[in-house]
Amino acid sequence: MPTLEAPVIGTSVPRTEGRGKVLGSARYVDDLVFPNMLFGATVRSPVARGRIRAIHFETGIPWSEFTIATAKDIPSKNCVALLIEDQPCLAEQAVNHPEEAVVLLAHPDKYLLEQARRSVRIEIDPLPAIFTATDSLARKQVIWGEDNVFKSFHVEKGDVDTVWRNADFVVEGQYETGAQEQLYIEPQGMIAQASPSEGVTVWGSLQCPYYVHKALVRLFGLPKDRVRVVQTETGGGFGGKEEYPSMLACHAALLAWKSARPVKIIYDRAEDMAATTKRHPSETRHRTAVSREGKLLAMEIDFTLDGGAYQTLSPVVLSRGTIHAAGPYHCPNVRIRSRVVATNTPPHGAFRGFGAPQSVFALERHLDRVARVIGLPPDELRRRNFIQQGQALAVRQVIHEKVDLGRLMDRAFELSGYHAKRTRFQQENQQSAIKKGIGFATFLHGAGFTGSGEEYLASEAIVEATREGRVRILAGSTEIGQGTNTVFTQIAAEALGLNCDQIEIMQPDTALVPNSGPTVASRTTMIVGKLVESAARAVQQSLFSSGVLEPGYGPEDFPDACRQYIDKFGALQALVKYQHPQDLHWDDERYQGDAYGAYAWATYVAEVSVDTHTAEVRVEDFVAVQEVGKVINPVLAAGQIEGGVAQGIGFALYENVVWQEGRMVNGQMTNYIVATSMDVPPIRVFFEETPYARGPAGAKGIGELPLDGTAPAIANAIANATGADIRRVPVTPETLLEILESIDA
Amino acid sequence: MRSYVPEYEMEEAGDLSATLERMAREPGVWKPFAGGTDLMVLLEAGKLPHRKYVSIWKLPELRGIEVAPEHVMLGALTTYAEVRRHGILAREFPLLCHAAAETGSIATQNRGTLGGNIANASPAADSPPALLVYDAELELISASGSRWVPYHGFWSGYKQTDLRPDELIRRIRLPRSKTDWKQVYRKVGTRRAQAISKVCLAAAARVSQGQIRDVRIAVGSVAPSVLRAVETEKALRGERLTPAILQVAQTTLAREIAPIDDMRSTARYRRRIAQNLLASFCETIST
Amino acid sequence: MPETVRRIRVQCEINRRPVTLQAFPMERLLDVLRERAGLTGTKEGCGEGECGACSVEMDGALVNSCLVPALQAQGAKIRTIEGVARDNRLHAVQQAFLTHGGAQCGICTPGMILAAVNLLAQNPQPSEPEIREGLAGNLCRCTGYTKIFESVVQACRARERE
Repeated sequence: MPTLEAPVIGTSVPRTEGRGKVLGSARYVDDLVFPNMLFGATVRSPVARGRIRAIHFETGIPWSEFTIATAKDIPSKNCVALLIEDQPCLAEQAVNHPEEAVVLLAHPDKYLLEQARRSVRIEIDPLPAIFTATDSLARKQVIWGEDNVFKSFHVEKGDVDTVWRNADFVVEGQYETGAQEQLYIEPQGMIAQASPSEGVTVWGSLQCPYYVHKALVRLFGLPKDRVRVVQTETGGGFGGKEEYPSMLACHAALLAWKSARPVKIIYDRAEDMAATTKRHPSETRHRTAVSREGKLLAMEIDFTLDGGAYQTLSPVVLSRGTIHAAGPYHCPNVRIRSRVVATNTPPHGAFRGFGAPQSVFALERHLDRVARVIGLPPDELRRRNFIQQGQALAVRQVIHEKVDLGRLMDRAFELSGYHAKRTRFQQENQQSAIKKGIGFATFLHGAGFTGSGEEYLASEAIVEATREGRVRILAGSTEIGQGTNTVFTQIAAEALGLNCDQIEIMQPDTALVPNSGPTVASRTTMIVGKLVESAARAVQQSLFSSGVLEPGYGPEDFPDACRQYIDKFGALQALVKYQHPQDLHWDDERYQGDAYGAYAWATYVAEVSVDTHTAEVRVEDFVAVQEVGKVINPVLAAGQIEGGVAQGIGFALYENVVWQEGRMVNGQMTNYIVATSMDVPPIRVFFEETPYARGPAGAKGIGELPLDGTAPAIANAIANATGADIRRVPVTPETLLEILESIDA
Repeated sequence: MRSYVPEYEMEEAGDLSATLERMAREPGVWKPFAGGTDLMVLLEAGKLPHRKYVSIWKLPELRGIEVAPEHVMLGALTTYAEVRRHGILAREFPLLCHAAAETGSIATQNRGTLGGNIANASPAADSPPALLVYDAELELISASGSRWVPYHGFWSGYKQTDLRPDELIRRIRLPRSKTDWKQVYRKVGTRRAQAISKVCLAAAARVSQGQIRDVRIAVGSVAPSVLRAVETEKALRGERLTPAILQVAQTTLAREIAPIDDMRSTARYRRRIAQNLLASFCETIST
Repeated sequence: MPETVRRIRVQCEINRRPVTLQAFPMERLLDVLRERAGLTGTKEGCGEGECGACSVEMDGALVNSCLVPALQAQGAKIRTIEGVARDNRLHAVQQAFLTHGGAQCGICTPGMILAAVNLLAQNPQPSEPEIREGLAGNLCRCTGYTKIFESVVQACRARERE
């Protein structure tokens, strides 16, 4: 029996790379300086759509000192390869969104570089552009493919059409969510070194080294082993560094290729906000048939996302949004029709939640309204429809685990004082200009890639031991603040019976680590962590089988055993590849089956106060209760929820992207409002654990979960406080004022 | 997109008279630079057209808070942090302290100055409404002398003041005349901290025996410059506060202000909230 | 070609060491620290004085170094994150951030720690509202601030015990 001073799983082991972070010695990409390095900058389209007529380089700049790259300089294909290859790396004949990259410049003097950037004029003959999903669907202009539709889905369960006529109640509603900027505090950045003889290497702030690798291979037409991608310490991602870094890497590498010098590109905040991805804006229409007793009889859901000018990851965002659109409820008849369409705006992309925050907002707001129409308390409506073990979700995934969502909800109510406050606020509001309210959302979030996605990814992880007995974990998963390094360390330490300080995480470098899939989709702990666990166990098994180690060893026995093994057999290493569970079946054609290996389940409760004099909303208290399989590190896990709730508060109340002709005009931190320390309430986090057999130590994924339920809980609380029928987030004071005035009228 | 930093000049001219002399020699060529919390943001955004600055940050004559029997004098380089720490200001000029506490963040408050705020003349600035309520006066100095002007009316348009190109603001004088007035300051911003104001109301009234003897009302972010709502004051001065009088005052205020739609807020919202804040103020002074 | 002014010599003290640096007069102190002095612990998050990632102490006062021109750093005593730990001993705030989850991605951490250290220097036992206000100029996108507050509270307790 491995003896440990204390169990590792379930302990709040301090962040393994934390010391460098608190000392200021952690190296982010802009902290790196390469000899002979140039700075790079991007010249971008000033118009939303048009044909490039000419590029003018104005006088007053010593252009001969500059490296200048355009689409003509691209060695292989002018695209940023992702799911498809529709997005150019540099616009050549046409531009399809404001801020689209056209020309790249490099120079050793970063100040002169900015001056030069101002001195390039791109002459464009404008074409009519479209900026809304409505116009896109109406095909006012066709700007992508045949019909502007990147992807659509159709989910059918039962037969909704037979239900409407005889239902006691049919309730309709339309809901909208706006774009949201990820606003990682470290802007996008990349350093590249490239030459036809040496190949391409990039270092940068990124979530998915192998996505970047793929894009560079395609752009340069190089063999895979001549392209290398290294992740530097990354200051936040949240999905904003899932796909965009591929574009940036291509740019930096192209300049490096042409100049034969290292090139560093760091975006300033204004450029980052203007040019990079945002959360997809959404419109959802619900039509729900419900019985007098509050049973859901039929749900018809129509879900549209605005994808921006190129496809990027839109089909996958749509997929997740579609699958989550009907929530954790049992309904015998469901139809979901969804589509993501093109507009002349910078492409929208991954942002924590990835489609689910949009559809869950609509659903949870809608169900509160449905409850009101039929005269049931909103929690009672949920309770009577929560999915039970053995029942199937809308995509017909049967829930095999034991779930008691009613009890989870009740626990959240107890912790938040929901019922008592609801009654009390109703009284107190009558005499106060400050109206208080309490609202909730019940929801789920599937972890891992949808359907056959994980099988397609075929992720790998390696655990190896050195002759000195140090254990190394080699995975393409990236630490971006969420705690990957620490969680992997704990998993391996537990599996091997070692202390955490005997374990090292290899820096994600495609020359050294295998492809563990992208660091997204709440999959890193659950899927890749499991591979790490298995690989660690395999290493242990090798040591046992060879007789150099006996079961029951202590951490201090490990180094000697490694030395003996390696001296005798060579390397001590295990590579584990993802095996898709045999009993999970997904039908891509009919879009049904086992969408996700595991779901986390949650109830979030928000208490708000609304100052009716100013229509300002303040979140006063927030309770987040979720069942997550297993909490590997309590401090890190709670930190994920707290941070996600804060982003959800922004999504609900503050974060408003102001668009003008496809361009974000409030792209400064002064004008794009995220919560400060004075805007967040106490965020109280509680976990429940029903171990998921296929997760490491039973863990499910949790990274995105908090983004799904926070905004609807707040919207429902505002409705409770004021009677305002919220249909859209963010609920800005300006929009709330209009709603309140219309109620008074 | 950053400005071309290497072409920007900044110098210290020496002492105060050397600074004024340089500004007089070539008026408008050398502009004063205090704490930089406004100008450096413009530099970063590539929006700072002027290229030559004389740093006044270390001039001792522009610092310091003096308390005299009838008034308090604040040096133009008084920072918001210094305002907040000052006992007399906290007691007798709470609106100014409140404004200082709501300006930016602690880091901004350590570098932002009252003089800089006044000279920058943003209509959304937090301190000007309080200064107007307190009947602030400004001492302007140049190589050819000095003059005192009331702060009320010191501007000629959006971000334009009557400060001559060779002048510096030296001191701000606040008469200690409103210690027994009821005072309210309310800023409605985009969030609780580090917020640009959408509407800001500073108001004070002397009430006796149910009658408003005198009143000052100033509003920010509802006009091209900070606004002293003199018509609204007239509607209240000498009156007893009744619902009808409040109604008249609110209507007058709505007419007196000129809010706009911008990326932060709407004219409609600003107008309504300004009226609501006025109502809250009236409620406060009638208790 | 735009005209270039002469660089100036800035003599100041950084983390208790006298330093002489060459910089353009309106070069940001942030860039002077990162590029001229090679102290990359201070970070750029926004360049507009909103995020506080660039916070340093200048003559004991917390400032956003992206808004301070090099000329005005002449003669100043500056402390950056690199000067917070002494002789390899972490400051109580740094230790607390490590133990209580105050740092996630770490990019806001140097500025946040400076703000917290500066707050505690003036107010050794701040209330929770005072902590919130003291840190309101430092944006964090990862933590939701909860564990940052806890870290500061724990740091105060640890210092009290010392």
